[in-house]
Amino acid sequence: MGVEGIGARVTRKEDKRFITGKGRYTDDMVVPGMKFAHFVRSPHAHAKIGGIDASQAESMPGVIAVLNGKQLAEDGIGNIICGWMIHSKDGSPMNMGAWRPLAEEVVRYVGDAVAIVVADSKAQARDAAEAVMVDYEVLPAVTEAAAALEEGAPQIHPEAKDNLIFDWGLGDEAATDAALAEAAHIVELDIVNNRLIPNAIEPRAALGVYDEAEDHYTCYTTSQNPHVARLVMSAFYNVAPENKLRVIAPDVGGGFGSKIYIYPEEIVCLWAARRTGVPVKWVGDRTEAFLTDAHARDHVSTVRMGFDGDHNIIALKVDTIANIGAYMSLFSSATPTYLYATLLSGQYRIPNIYGNVRAVYTNTAPVDAYRGAGRPEATYVLERAMTTAARELGVDQVELRRKNFIREFPYQTPVIMNYDTGNFDAILDAALEAIDYDNFPARRSESEARGKKRGIGMSCYIEACGIAPSQAVGSLGAGVGLWESAEVRVNAVGTVEILTGSHSHGQGHETTFAQVVCDRLGLPIEQVSIIHGDTDKVQMGMGTYGSRSGPVGMNAIAKALDKVEVKAKRLAAHLLEADESDIEISDGELKVKGTDKSVPWFQMALAAYTAHNLPEGMEPGLKEGAFYDPQNFTFPSGCYICEVEVDPETGMTEIVDFVAADDFGNIVNPMIVEGQVHGGLAQGIGQALAEGTHYDPETGQLITASYMDYQMPRAQDLPAFKIKHETTACPSNPLGLKGCGEAGAIGSPPAVINAITDAIGNNDLTMPATPAKVWKAMQN
Amino acid sequence: MYATTYHRPKSIEEAGQLASEEAMYLSGGQTLLPTMKQRLAAPESLIDLRHIDELKGISVEGRKVRIGAATTHFEVASSDALAKVCPGLCHLASLVGDPAVRHMGTIGGSIANNDPAADYPAGLLGLGATIITNQRSLSADAFFTGLFETALEEGELVTAVEFEAPEKAGYAKFRNPASRYAITGVFVARLGDGSVRVAVTGSGADGVFRHSGMEEALAGNFAAEAIDGTTVDAGALMSDLHASAEYRANLVKVMAKRAVQDAR
Repeated sequence: MGVEGIGARVTRKEDKRFITGKGRYTDDMVVPGMKFAHFVRSPHAHAKIGGIDASQAESMPGVIAVLNGKQLAEDGIGNIICGWMIHSKDGSPMNMGAWRPLAEEVVRYVGDAVAIVVADSKAQARDAAEAVMVDYEVLPAVTEAAAALEEGAPQIHPEAKDNLIFDWGLGDEAATDAALAEAAHIVELDIVNNRLIPNAIEPRAALGVYDEAEDHYTCYTTSQNPHVARLVMSAFYNVAPENKLRVIAPDVGGGFGSKIYIYPEEIVCLWAARRTGVPVKWVGDRTEAFLTDAHARDHVSTVRMGFDGDHNIIALKVDTIANIGAYMSLFSSATPTYLYATLLSGQYRIPNIYGNVRAVYTNTAPVDAYRGAGRPEATYVLERAMTTAARELGVDQVELRRKNFIREFPYQTPVIMNYDTGNFDAILDAALEAIDYDNFPARRSESEARGKKRGIGMSCYIEACGIAPSQAVGSLGAGVGLWESAEVRVNAVGTVEILTGSHSHGQGHETTFAQVVCDRLGLPIEQVSIIHGDTDKVQMGMGTYGSRSGPVGMNAIAKALDKVEVKAKRLAAHLLEADESDIEISDGELKVKGTDKSVPWFQMALAAYTAHNLPEGMEPGLKEGAFYDPQNFTFPSGCYICEVEVDPETGMTEIVDFVAADDFGNIVNPMIVEGQVHGGLAQGIGQALAEGTHYDPETGQLITASYMDYQMPRAQDLPAFKIKHETTACPSNPLGLKGCGEAGAIGSPPAVINAITDAIGNNDLTMPATPAKVWKAMQN
Repeated sequence: MYATTYHRPKSIEEAGQLASEEAMYLSGGQTLLPTMKQRLAAPESLIDLRHIDELKGISVEGRKVRIGAATTHFEVASSDALAKVCPGLCHLASLVGDPAVRHMGTIGGSIANNDPAADYPAGLLGLGATIITNQRSLSADAFFTGLFETALEEGELVTAVEFEAPEKAGYAKFRNPASRYAITGVFVARLGDGSVRVAVTGSGADGVFRHSGMEEALAGNFAAEAIDGTTVDAGALMSDLHASAEYRANLVKVMAKRAVQDAR
């Protein structure tokens, strides 16, 4: 490891522009003749559209056009797609209703886009949008998934009878039932995983530009995966052919999954740009973000976990109802199925597992992947059940977990996943030591003396990152492959540009990706630039989500560097009149091993481009690319322990200590990894304590549509986290990386809730555990 | 926000002349401006009161306190003169919103808006303060009349609040975890004549209110345990997404006790 290589705490190269306000976001993009859009949105959760009268709006000052779904259909713009096919247990394909970018006949949630107004200014567009008269016939609405399945519930899509999209299962139900019948003890639990609203700091935005002379489109947008956006917009929405469409995702202010998807707004802005002949920019406001960004989680589950007389887990059966919202978003079908039930084995030997998931339409915002995506839901189910079991069996929560740990790898679970490596004892031990577990009783007594209730809770998680290999996800229904690409361009002066298919929207790729290059080539980090987010510059790539930029994206760079290294060594050997196998690269030089002969890296690069003296048959230049498709998912794991103090008079919970001990495999930049863990913990603790999404069950209005009612975690709500790492390198990729972006949000909610239920002595508690709820639970 | 016309008068008189049915006074704008941005309020014009010198400042003469209506929460929270005679009110002001809010929001703006979850209504009702307007003087008991309702007439303008510093006073607040407004805030003051006032914000179905049972109990024994024997009627309290009336009833007692414990 060099000072800037793999393993170094390099400060983030990109932060200067972010903290000095010089970032360049979609809203900062200005093109000549640009006009502004405002969307007319449904104020109703469910209604028939009788007609749209835009005559008054069209005559208002500055208004260029008011366009609706009929015109969109006339121009052949396609339905929004779901990218993952799920089949029900009976073999039938999922029952998917149509999602039109602008609703034509029926609106299905509050915020559903109905029309777009384009005007000279934002204010004029907004004024005119208010004057668009939409004749709604209001229909009954349903917001909760279980209620949507009930007889007589409002029917949301004709394609999905009783609002059921699919009834899917994973595992052996008969064997699981048989094992449960033999169990010495069964733990039963009802689990609610609360709906979340992502709240990226930058709202979604899009700028559509159409060049009539070239018949070419450009879309600037807040995307985590601009190439996928281009592919989908051309192949499915018929907005523009792929070679005539450039998608640029410039600086993006946070995504957390919510900016993976291709939303109505970017499609409509692009189409409107052609239709009106002016560039069209839309920037969502915070209310639109609350209403229309893909929401998260929203599962209701029942869990049955069976133990034998020796406290070995012998079976796990989980029945889950997943609220998908009004439409099926891009990964909405994968999140509650293959990203969820495949992780139900956790860190434990469970010979029999069966997961059943019913996905259901409701009159709410579409629900899709959000930091963790399915794995937090699985971890919450499993880890609350484990703690509940320990209490019911009268054994220590640590020992029950330890007794059931998987210790031999590779380990094939009954739910698809094949864990390649891990050391669950090591992370558990690290966490126990850091929290000083043994002395908890003394701390509890001390709290009690101050009138406070102290509790300790834990969670042992395993998750799957990369969501690849491509062939594996293809066989499970994915519409795309989930490899990643990289190109390494060595310039004539030896500086390096990396073109990556990953996309950074806060992760720090400009630093960590450069570190991989520094490590290999011994160059100073200033000489390495990372280019991403523009389909005209960068080769096809799959983007950033599922903690894949490290385990997949960085390994693509490593693969491309292998090729660069081979050519560079061959050229250096030629220049130094040495054997290729004797050349080594370090400190910006190519040296002949065991001699003082060397050629500086930049001279070798220059020689490649002058091409005056190349080895026989070598092409000029130095630029190599790679597409990397993983061999397996990667499996980060960890043990999180949370200690809380509850004020019995108010129900207020204070997190007094929190340890996150993770195994992320090798680590490129510990500082950035710690930052990822901190952010994930804040989001997970936010889910556990603060973030509650509430729709009025009658009207379908989103009640928590602003920060007045939707509580985000604040710095003062969080302790100074204790972060520990135990490393088992990932055996399936060259860099040995497992991924770290989501772990914090996956492992923390059950640790927090297990701690509070321990403190108050009542296990009947749902997230978010607000003071009011905790107080109420203490009265029972 | 809809287009509006912004006025910056230099005197109370000029502000009064600008007042009309279509105009609204702006005194920090920490409620009005977000409401306008949401297009839920659309005054034709705004009359900004924060630049009128005669509305600003805190004066303490002996036990008599006068706070100009355009004095910010930050100024109240950090006033040394006020802290010497009534630190409880400084503490209350330090709990309003966040630093940005405290540097923009004003005492006059807060009480004229009379948000049922705002802090100042409890403080002024608890102190038995007098509200001075450009037309008259009103007791706090008469001024706060309901949810977002006050005794102010059309165009009438709060110019200052005055009160006799209490012997001791304390404020305890339990925040709405999202908005940081009070779910329950209780201001307790023992006045110079030995009487006690207890004012509760954030909880009452009709806005800020006094709790006579606690006032009597504390007049006899100004100690937290005196509150144990009192009762809070949940039927008169708000119930919403964040807190049931029963939970608020519990919090009123808990916060009242903490306010007594903290009273200085």
